Amino acid sequence: MALVVLAFDLLLAAALIWLAWQATRAADLFHAVVSFIVFGLLMALAWVRLEAPDVALAEAAIGAGATGALLLSALDRLARRPRRHAPLYEPGTAWGFWLPAGSALLAMLTLAAWNLPAPGLGNEILASLSASGVEHAVTAVLLNFRALDTLLEIGVLLLAAVVIWALGQAPPPLVPSMPSPALPALGRLLFPIFVLVAAYLLWRGSHGPGGAFPAGAVFGAGGILMLLAGARPWIRSSEHGPWRLILSLGMAVLLAAGVAGTLSGQDFFQYPKGTAASFILVLEVAAGLSIALLIFALYLRGKPREHGSWGAAE
Amino acid sequence: MSALEWIGSLLVFAGIPFIFLGTLGLLRFPDVYTRLHALAKSDNVGLGLVCIGLGVQSGSVALLLKLVLIWVLMLIASATAAGLIARTALARGLRPWGT
Amino acid sequence: MYLSLTGVLFVLGLHGLFTARNLLRQLLSLNILTTSVFLLFVVLARLAEPLDDVPHAIVLTGIVITISTTAVALALVGRLAGRTRDDDAITAGDPRGDAE
Repeated sequence: MALVVLAFDLLLAAALIWLAWQATRAADLFHAVVSFIVFGLLMALAWVRLEAPDVALAEAAIGAGATGALLLSALDRLARRPRRHAPLYEPGTAWGFWLPAGSALLAMLTLAAWNLPAPGLGNEILASLSASGVEHAVTAVLLNFRALDTLLEIGVLLLAAVVIWALGQAPPPLVPSMPSPALPALGRLLFPIFVLVAAYLLWRGSHGPGGAFPAGAVFGAGGILMLLAGARPWIRSSEHGPWRLILSLGMAVLLAAGVAGTLSGQDFFQYPKGTAASFILVLEVAAGLSIALLIFALYLRGKPREHGSWGAAE
Repeated sequence: MSALEWIGSLLVFAGIPFIFLGTLGLLRFPDVYTRLHALAKSDNVGLGLVCIGLGVQSGSVALLLKLVLIWVLMLIASATAAGLIARTALARGLRPWGT
Repeated sequence: MYLSLTGVLFVLGLHGLFTARNLLRQLLSLNILTTSVFLLFVVLARLAEPLDDVPHAIVLTGIVITISTTAVALALVGRLAGRTRDDDAITAGDPRGDAE
């Protein structure tokens, strides 16, 4: 049995290296992007093998799913006319440098891993888990012990959306050359399931792998699917609807939670005793909603248009 | 091994040839339409057998239903994806093999 | 073994980042580079006894940061290409080879 597991690991590692090679070196950009998406999916398997199911969920939903959608839509707009006869790489890319450098890095990493004291905060987490308000260690770290990191992370995501919107208006949605009746039907059929799965993941985060990040990513992916299926987003920049509010909701609520701790005479992000569980629940819902809409906003690749201008020819 | 585990393993092993043949078709068939034909059909049967087999093996009804749900979602997704790929290929002017 | 994978992926990503002439390709390389760093974190978490969850949380954060940077970079590349209406725009600035 151990042999089978080892063989599986070796196969997985070999496939990952091959796909990474394809993603960086394939002559065809489409090929490279697809290799990268498959790389992300196999990476999710590797995370499971490394006993990191939370990371696996996030990688599958965000790393492979959302990033893949972003890359493919960008590719479709960029690479209509492939460059011909242009060398993709510098000729003779200095293997004399890269091979020794790679081997040296490998040796150093191995040495470091053998000599490093195991970081092992596991015991500390287990000791304080009961005080954190949730039963799942990763959620506890994300939204209690290191909530500051999560706050800044949502800040970065918000900043990314702001930068993309600042770059100009969203390009009009792609119109398929041969519309399929199946896609809108699929969108209508699956969107409730997307919502359900997102809610399930959010709820599960308190006691198992799951939580706001995969939930937000799944919800956002549902939105992207609806967009692909031809639904027009209900967000119009002129209407100042709940759109901007929800985008910044996660950031605002996290910040409020942090400041509330400070104001009540405790440390930043120190929740009042006994209320941590409800605090985390509120934070998770707010962060999940924000992440979903932020990922959707990233996919729009620009500020949503004024009311009614979606169908206008450019 | 209990009877449930035997049945589960049997179903999983029954599913493997379908996936294998689907992959073989993907690699060996001449054009995109025949490849889709091979992949979309046999892989779905294979995946269904594997999912049901694993569910039976787990001995828990909740888990079995979850795996079946995954299979159903896969069916919907793969049917739509296959249709979209074929339509895109046709729109780009790829002729089916042999015509 | 996964540690060796980290090293190989890191070198592949670095190599791609430095030698690729296409911005999109550089972005893919950057993503692979990031993944290799995540892998290092998770492997170290795995080596700890008991399993250390802090690196997992950090990697989760990192994945979200990565998609933010990727999306911004893609939007920038898109604007660049849209402005010049020329495929050369999405290749990295290299005055020698790119003038066709």
